[in-house]
Amino acid sequence: MEHYWQEISALTMRWVRRLSREKFSMLFTLVQPMLFWLIFFGNLFQRAADTQVMQAPNYISFLAAGVVIMTVLNNGLAGGVDLLFDKENGFLERLMSTPIHRTSVILSRFIFVMAITSMQVLVILGVSYLFGVHPATGILGVATILLIGMMFGVGLTAISMAMAFSVKSHGDFFSVLGFLSLPMIFLSSALVPLNAMPGWMSFLAQFNPMTWAIDAVRPLILSGWTEALPHVGMVILVMLVFDALCLYGGAKAFRRAMG
Amino acid sequence: MDRTIAIDVNRLCKTYDSHKAVDDLSFQVYAGEIFGLLGPNGAGKSTTLRTMITLLHPTSGTATIMGHDTVREADKVRTLIGYVPQERAIDRFLTGREHLQLLGALYHLTKDEATKRIGELLKLVELETHADRPAKTYSGGMKRKLDIACGLLPDPKILFLDEPTLGLDVQSRLRIWDYVRMLKARGMTVVMTTNYLDEADQLCDRLAIIDGGKIKTLGSPVELKIALGGDIVSLTLKELDRIPSLEAELKGRPAITSVRTTTKGLDIRVESPEKALPAILEAANRLGCSIEFIQYNRPRLDDVFIAHTGRAITESIPEAESVS
Repeated sequence: MEHYWQEISALTMRWVRRLSREKFSMLFTLVQPMLFWLIFFGNLFQRAADTQVMQAPNYISFLAAGVVIMTVLNNGLAGGVDLLFDKENGFLERLMSTPIHRTSVILSRFIFVMAITSMQVLVILGVSYLFGVHPATGILGVATILLIGMMFGVGLTAISMAMAFSVKSHGDFFSVLGFLSLPMIFLSSALVPLNAMPGWMSFLAQFNPMTWAIDAVRPLILSGWTEALPHVGMVILVMLVFDALCLYGGAKAFRRAMG
Repeated sequence: MDRTIAIDVNRLCKTYDSHKAVDDLSFQVYAGEIFGLLGPNGAGKSTTLRTMITLLHPTSGTATIMGHDTVREADKVRTLIGYVPQERAIDRFLTGREHLQLLGALYHLTKDEATKRIGELLKLVELETHADRPAKTYSGGMKRKLDIACGLLPDPKILFLDEPTLGLDVQSRLRIWDYVRMLKARGMTVVMTTNYLDEADQLCDRLAIIDGGKIKTLGSPVELKIALGGDIVSLTLKELDRIPSLEAELKGRPAITSVRTTTKGLDIRVESPEKALPAILEAANRLGCSIEFIQYNRPRLDDVFIAHTGRAITESIPEAESVS
């Protein structure tokens, strides 16, 4: 157990060091493109969006929940990239030839991705706050938002790692990634509530776990606990199933790649 | 000869889909020797190496490292070995020292143990002054030295090197060879793959020539060369009609293994040139054969390789055998 912890903390420190060496990448990790969605998209559609349909005082407060979960989506789907590079340049083999627990590398990646995602979500909520979006459920609500984000992020990161271990080249990886992320966003309640979507889109969006996450985060920001609690309970159940499926698939891909 | 067996590979097979990367391979590596796996790209060297270091599970057959099975006792095996991968497995953002610190934690060394050993290793591979620079500023040779330091960090009983000098300049190559010889002198067992004939010839105590997933031949470089039938003395005679009489004279002489007529003279395989050469010249003199040209060739490892695989190592693998 002591060994396990020594391995995981050393491997996690490596991800932190890498990030801190890349000054620009560090900066853009915090000041992320997702902020532009919030600031530009949120303000741009202020008057175009119907607040009756949104059920929100303004579009930016409606959009905040979507941007939070979009951040989780992007981080999660990109979570396996560094392992992909490790696989391609042989670093992963070097790590795997040492007497470490086979899950240490993966666990360190989960910890790192979740920590970065949490920080980014807090930045999003902070900037939203500056635009007058004050979470209705307070600090405890923010903690709940982080929990939902983590639960969704674990599954996504597992998918990303499974892809990293299975693809033949990193070109394939990025094609699939680019292909996945936009439909995931548009076929969810991130930008428009389900009831304002064309029927076929809202039908598909129901099966998107992202919709469930957003529908729980949104009342935590806009309404309050009484409105939010049933959604929170539901999303935890949905995410447990989602994570179980993703982790199972990820473990299979990992075992296949690592012998 | 009674020598401790460090590695025992027994009837190893590894199949990918329908392609046999390694086909019924068996060999042993003795403790304290430098053992080479020589072959062209795609011959199955790396697959064999990866199996020995627990990264691949064999389709059938076994590999045991100091008596421990690479599949069932993988964790034990991993504590006994060091590995220097073929690719530059370097994290460009980490410094040399941070690489070694990371591995120190993965081998479960305490902070003090790790600091001491890292200091020694940096000194050994002459990277002390560069230890705190990110690895992206390193030259190819420096990266290779760091690779080797990483492989040595666990103080392994057996060190595995995958193409250790691939793509290096001559100076760095010689330096790496020096390290490997020094490690052997310290009692370490070294297993390496290479597709450089001179490297195998210079460095390896014993080597296995692998082609198409099979061992074609195995032995020390000297043994392999002698097995070809010894050195060759080629004579070109002025008077071609004297060839048969000289051939008859030389056949069956001590130190001469075989005599073969060529278009202009004779090819004579000899066991020891010191004894054979005077005898050949004396016979030629006595029979009045004037020699126009005399050439003496010691078989090189290239000849061994060609004799066993049917082609030079630099030639590409024929289509039918290559990985599809």
